Amino acid sequence: MAEFNTSVTDKGEISTIYLKGFLDAHTAPMLENTFSGLIDKNRYSIVVNFKDLAYISSAGLGVFMAFIEKVRDNQGDIKLSAMTDKVYNIFDLLGFPLLYDIFKSEEEAINKFKENKKLES
Amino acid sequence: MKAEKNKLAKNKLIIKSKTENLSEIRDFISSAAGYIGFSKETTGNIILAVDEACTNIIKHAYQYSPDGEITLILKTAKDTFTIEITDHGKSFEPGLIPNPDLKKYLDQRRVGGLGMYLMKTLMDEVKYKSVPGKFNTVSLSKHINSNGSK
Repeated sequence: MAEFNTSVTDKGEISTIYLKGFLDAHTAPMLENTFSGLIDKNRYSIVVNFKDLAYISSAGLGVFMAFIEKVRDNQGDIKLSAMTDKVYNIFDLLGFPLLYDIFKSEEEAINKFKENKKLES
Repeated sequence: MKAEKNKLAKNKLIIKSKTENLSEIRDFISSAAGYIGFSKETTGNIILAVDEACTNIIKHAYQYSPDGEITLILKTAKDTFTIEITDHGKSFEPGLIPNPDLKKYLDQRRVGGLGMYLMKTLMDEVKYKSVPGKFNTVSLSKHINSNGSK
């Protein structure tokens, strides 16, 4: 059975979801639960760290599409970071860079949230 | 290329229509594509295309009923590696599903149809055969000499 798990770290207003293993139609509901848990707590500034994600199929990509609207409606965002080339290529093939901020590192994604916050204040 | 016809260690997998079996399907394809000598990148693309085909079967043909059967048969002939995937679930007309306008899809947060788009993009050829009430077969092919070029 495919191994997949998520963990979440909160730093101030920003939550980072760490993905590990194989994200497919079987494991996508686990990631949906993770997003739902953050949204239930009104945490809408979300960074996703893909460093340890070995595999993603369209079922996994669909999870990001399912939550982005709700998150942005609440002045938040889902920023994607630290993808391997293999995982990035799939996002790229489906045109995701048009709609999502994708960063080389988690730190850059967090900094982008902080910059936006500064601009607003 | 070390593969010749009928030399794959295992060329058939029959498996139940459960999403938890997708990892076994991926392992099966990974061993075969690796044995044939495809690059790591091309092997990854073939694995993803097969995963998408089987996910579509589980979702749409069997509508998540876990007792359906999916049969994967691997063939190598004339420098082409083909994976034939057959189910006995609900048939569908692939011609009725257009290539998605990706920008529009993403704007509308639509997910369905992306799997089929990936299959067509990642493989050299995708063919469907359907006899309603009997079986559906999708054949995914990759040229063996296109190693790493896609």
